[in-house]
Amino acid sequence: MRVLSLGRWLRAGRVPPREPASRPSGHRHSGHRPQGPPQQKVSVEVLEHLEHLALVDFRDSEGVERLQKAIQFADQLHEVNTDGVEPMDSVLEDRCLYLREDDVTEGNCTKELLENARETVEEYFVAPPGNIPLVKLEGQKTFLQGSK
Amino acid sequence: MAAVLAMVARGCGGVWRRLRQRCAVRPGSGPFPRGERAVACNARGGMMSAGKSGLTPWIPVVGLEIHAQISSNSKLFSGSQVQFAAPPNSLVSFFDASLPGTLPVLNRRCVEAAVMTGLALNCHINKKSLFDRKHYFYADLPAGYQITQQRVPIAVNGSLSYSLCIDNKMSQMVTKTVRIKQIQLEQDSGKSLHDDARSQTLVDLNRAGVGLMELVMEPDMCCGEEAAAAVRELQLILQTLGSSQAVMAEGQLRVDANVSVHHPGEPYGVRTEVKNINSIRFLAKAVDYEIQRQIEELGNGGTISNETRAFDSKLGCTVPMRDKEGKQDYRFMPEPNLPPLILYDAKSLPANMNHQQVINIDWIRERLPDLPSVKREKLVEQYGILPEHSFTLLVWQQDQNCNSRHSNEDGLPEFFENVVKQTQMKPKKVIGWILNDLLSYLKQHSLTVKESPVSSFLLADLLNLLEKKEISSTAAKQVMAIKAGNQKVLNKLIGLVQKKTQGRSNPVLVKQLLEKKLSE
Repeated sequence: MRVLSLGRWLRAGRVPPREPASRPSGHRHSGHRPQGPPQQKVSVEVLEHLEHLALVDFRDSEGVERLQKAIQFADQLHEVNTDGVEPMDSVLEDRCLYLREDDVTEGNCTKELLENARETVEEYFVAPPGNIPLVKLEGQKTFLQGSK
Repeated sequence: MAAVLAMVARGCGGVWRRLRQRCAVRPGSGPFPRGERAVACNARGGMMSAGKSGLTPWIPVVGLEIHAQISSNSKLFSGSQVQFAAPPNSLVSFFDASLPGTLPVLNRRCVEAAVMTGLALNCHINKKSLFDRKHYFYADLPAGYQITQQRVPIAVNGSLSYSLCIDNKMSQMVTKTVRIKQIQLEQDSGKSLHDDARSQTLVDLNRAGVGLMELVMEPDMCCGEEAAAAVRELQLILQTLGSSQAVMAEGQLRVDANVSVHHPGEPYGVRTEVKNINSIRFLAKAVDYEIQRQIEELGNGGTISNETRAFDSKLGCTVPMRDKEGKQDYRFMPEPNLPPLILYDAKSLPANMNHQQVINIDWIRERLPDLPSVKREKLVEQYGILPEHSFTLLVWQQDQNCNSRHSNEDGLPEFFENVVKQTQMKPKKVIGWILNDLLSYLKQHSLTVKESPVSSFLLADLLNLLEKKEISSTAAKQVMAIKAGNQKVLNKLIGLVQKKTQGRSNPVLVKQLLEKKLSE
């Protein structure tokens, strides 16, 4: 299985050590630089979980490394002391939320909307059955096995 | 052993007792399902005593998550129309289709509906509430996320009071309360039609973006009957407020049940979520089935997994759902395109703001209509009728057999009051005629109260005659039957006329004359 191959690859320590090594995101701490295990920053479980959730295929070492770099980049936020500061979730927080009157002003553009779809059936959009699967490419196994 | 457990679970002298119920008022006109009903909860609401069988009792715990479609002209965040049954993808705006560059704009009416509902359910209204994104992939959710209120919803900590008949008698009604954890505004998704033959799903986005109120109830209930009664009362309240039409058959009210069982004194058991419940009757069945299934499974040494199950109405059981295995990670994040929703009251009302942009909670509270419980109390107080009769007068009954979304009891309280005004008969007696005779005739002919051929004036007249003893009760019933269109009785009358005229009258003419007379 492809993911197991990745795991083997990760455990083989292919990722060059970084300084300072960053911890997986989600841990809040203030004031000091984050320290963590020098290798295997992104566990196989987390990777698989992310791939399943985001329907993203990390595919190869470059993809996983890019992910780890991205996490590290974001982790720099932990260097800021945020004690007692209310988190901001929108730069619009001081604006008034505009309330619209309950009038019908849109719709009736079926033709236009369906033009965007590759496939339609009698004015319905067509989608794969059930939940959207993650397409697994055939060539990966060989590459990863080779990179051990 | 398994057989004994099964028997216990099915209620032979054990934890569950199935009692034959007969409503005091004629069958079919009461608010609760007639016939067999499991009365499994004691006054405290918990399951008690296995008694004779000596097995440790199970306490079922039931919590409901209800989605009520807001009754509005346009959608929650866009100006496309809200309408049931329209050509596919005709009520879809660019925002609903999640085309890039589109932004949500909040519909004022939807906020008012949520505030009304929160107030009616005794909630605390949050003057500041926030919108979030709930991410998951599904074809009928084009954006890949749903805008909801996960962190700070619009209303919290409310309660819903509902009534149940206990034991065999309709006359013993008990009031129960279920706590409302929160009410939040959120978007509805589109509709998926699964075409298994061609291995594809057809998507209609007409419903995508319609405003929903999600009501989360605390797990304060213990059986299907309680769940059904609570939802019926909620339906009535929503319909009275006008915030939702709450017709389950049209998907305006969707109920998911969370069910678990545990032994007294032990922590709550693992819960399962039951979906695909399409009517109140099925809700009671689904909940009761799931409770039984869990008891049997645990009794056999099995375990319950935290899964989502679908109710199969044909088989009357719950089955595991595909696509829902494993816990979903929704990756909630604040909705960056919407600032916080601020509501005001009389005290905090800003002086110089455009009134169209201001929602005043106190203003809404003052204009709330009389809730069903208040209406019932007034009827009982004013007319001296029994509480259970007041229920029947008001209740919104869903007939599973027909697709009609208006109950026959529409306008029934008004009809009753009109009759009372025009007759000398005591209201306590009048109510019997309304609930037994009139209602059953209306049901037989699938008529609404407004379509009743027997007007309140006519009925009052009839009852006056009865009171003065000028006609007998049977005669009165027959007249009502004829008036309500009972063909058999009409034919009987024709027969009587024939007899009197010794066969010399023309039956067709007689019928015409009679019908003419009756329509006056």
